[in-house]
Amino acid sequence: MTHTKFTRRTLLAGTAGVALAAPMINRAWAQDPVEINMLAWYGHAEPDMVEEFEAENNVKFVPKYYAGGDNMLALIAQSPVGTYDVILSDAEFVQQLNAAGYIEPMDSSLFPFDDFWPEYQNFPGHWTGDQLWSVMVRFGLLGVAYNTDALTRDEAMSYNAYWNDKVAGKVGHFDWHLPSLGQMSLLNGNRSPSPYDIDEAAWKAVQEKTLTLKPQVGGYFDYGGTFASLKNGEMLAMAGIGDWITAVLRKDGAPVDSVIPEEGGIQWTESYSIGKGSTKAELVNKFIQYMLSPRGQVRSIQMAAYPGLSPTKSGWKAIQEANPAEAERSGLIEGAEQSPIKLLSENRVFLRDIPRQQSLEDWNDFWSEYKTA
Amino acid sequence: MRIDGYRYTWRLPLIVWQALFFIGPLMLMVAMSFWLVRNYRMTPDFVFDNWDRMMSRSFFWDAYEVTLVRACVAAVLATLIAFPASYALAFKVSDTVRRWAIFLLVVPFFTSYLVRIYAWQVLLAESGPINAVLGFGGIGPFSMLNSGFGTMVGYMTLVLPLVIILQTTSLAGIDRNLIEAAWNLGASPVRTLFRVIIPAAKVGLIIGAVFAFILSFGDFVSPFYLGGSKPPTLSILIIDTTKSGQQWPLAAVVAIMMIVTLFVVAVAAVGAAYGRRRS
Repeated sequence: MTHTKFTRRTLLAGTAGVALAAPMINRAWAQDPVEINMLAWYGHAEPDMVEEFEAENNVKFVPKYYAGGDNMLALIAQSPVGTYDVILSDAEFVQQLNAAGYIEPMDSSLFPFDDFWPEYQNFPGHWTGDQLWSVMVRFGLLGVAYNTDALTRDEAMSYNAYWNDKVAGKVGHFDWHLPSLGQMSLLNGNRSPSPYDIDEAAWKAVQEKTLTLKPQVGGYFDYGGTFASLKNGEMLAMAGIGDWITAVLRKDGAPVDSVIPEEGGIQWTESYSIGKGSTKAELVNKFIQYMLSPRGQVRSIQMAAYPGLSPTKSGWKAIQEANPAEAERSGLIEGAEQSPIKLLSENRVFLRDIPRQQSLEDWNDFWSEYKTA
Repeated sequence: MRIDGYRYTWRLPLIVWQALFFIGPLMLMVAMSFWLVRNYRMTPDFVFDNWDRMMSRSFFWDAYEVTLVRACVAAVLATLIAFPASYALAFKVSDTVRRWAIFLLVVPFFTSYLVRIYAWQVLLAESGPINAVLGFGGIGPFSMLNSGFGTMVGYMTLVLPLVIILQTTSLAGIDRNLIEAAWNLGASPVRTLFRVIIPAAKVGLIIGAVFAFILSFGDFVSPFYLGGSKPPTLSILIIDTTKSGQQWPLAAVVAIMMIVTLFVVAVAAVGAAYGRRRS
């Protein structure tokens, strides 16, 4: 029988060995990350948005990206209950998610609504009475996107810029009827109660006005096509988009910008809900808290796929400290000319919505008619 | 009546394949065109609402006309552009060169069609290399993207190699004695071409044109990415219809109209290609 003699040297060697192997042991012992299934627009589960939260909470987001609210609703309708833990939705679809029973009620006390700008604390459709169903995490504004070599900022300060001779044949449309027709409705003066809540006469006038733009139109583009056509100068103005595209292009050096014109802009809003039947509500709540925190908002404002604006005061403060140039560019400074809160107070921002007095099919049919005209 | 088991065994894979991947989905699509969408979910039904709605819309017929005309133009253009190349490959080069040429015509299919169209986006842009070269000669710039021209460039990218291969195969199969006989009888090259070569290669030429028509008629990529959806074709209309309100039954109506059109064109073409031979 052999006896091992423990000396100081063997003890040190053993300790060093254990120390060196510790990360491996630690990794082997660590639990596999908890998977959180996210249904969202592209970009929301990419590393620039979630890597910090994933590392801190040992979770892994598994995204299913959609393209449009209709597509989102269809994906949920075709999936078993509990498929999605967290659902990112545009504001106009939250009520439909709720009506269809696709989301869980949320505990409002978990979220820092006091930190929200008052305009966003009780966001329409997100509450039924005191019951919270969805938490807004970011928003953006759609106005006139234009090539700065072709149009001046003053010229772009009205939707009439689309009819400017300087952009003849070079006006593009983001190929979705809601934003473009909303802008046409605003140009026709349909501000109250909303550019989407218009009677038949006003709807007819919107159609007639839109059809007059046809000779100016150079094409209808999806997300990628919109980027490409603005970047390579094929399109000099683009209806239906805003900073969420032009900001990314500007970073690339393209001479493009967007403004909220005098007639007003359309607001898009993104909110998180807990998917019906999710067993990970606690983690989802934690994630939403993280996204509303200053560091989460800084990430959201600078999201690589498309930037957004912050609905929280601390988010504004955080971006002003972290990236003053970005805060100035996106108007996240109180009193700035294109500050969203200032624009709201001037009644120049209107929520993108679904048509209230016509059917969605009516608007879509007209959009197809316009495209073939 | 005795059933020839051996013959039917060999036919079975084709029958099963067609039933599983063509007849089955086709039947489903026809049925779907009578369904309804409620709360973004398709509900089986038997109503004519979708047919009524789509057939009564002017934008459907506008898109139909655009698609039909552009596919016809693509078929004619591809046939005309391909023919000189096919003729040269069939009659003017050695077998080795012909084999290499056919291989090279297949090579573009190694790359995704979408990628090739993205490449055209760069080339055709107003700030792209083609306009830059033209600019040196004091010409242009021309707006080639987001136009019918751009769409046609895309269609040719898709169909031209295939049409050349089909034409070459057909031309190379012509009995050379017929051509020599025409020459010996004093026919000019042009007369030989129109009275001997083209009639002899008629089947290949028509089949090539039909393939060009079919592929262009159903293409989504070129009219969308090079044509700027301006005006939209039926494929784009299908996308638009499904994007808004998830109206798959309406999209099924458009798809069925496309299939019927392609079927009629294909039957007419086959009749034109083989008709006289039978009589």
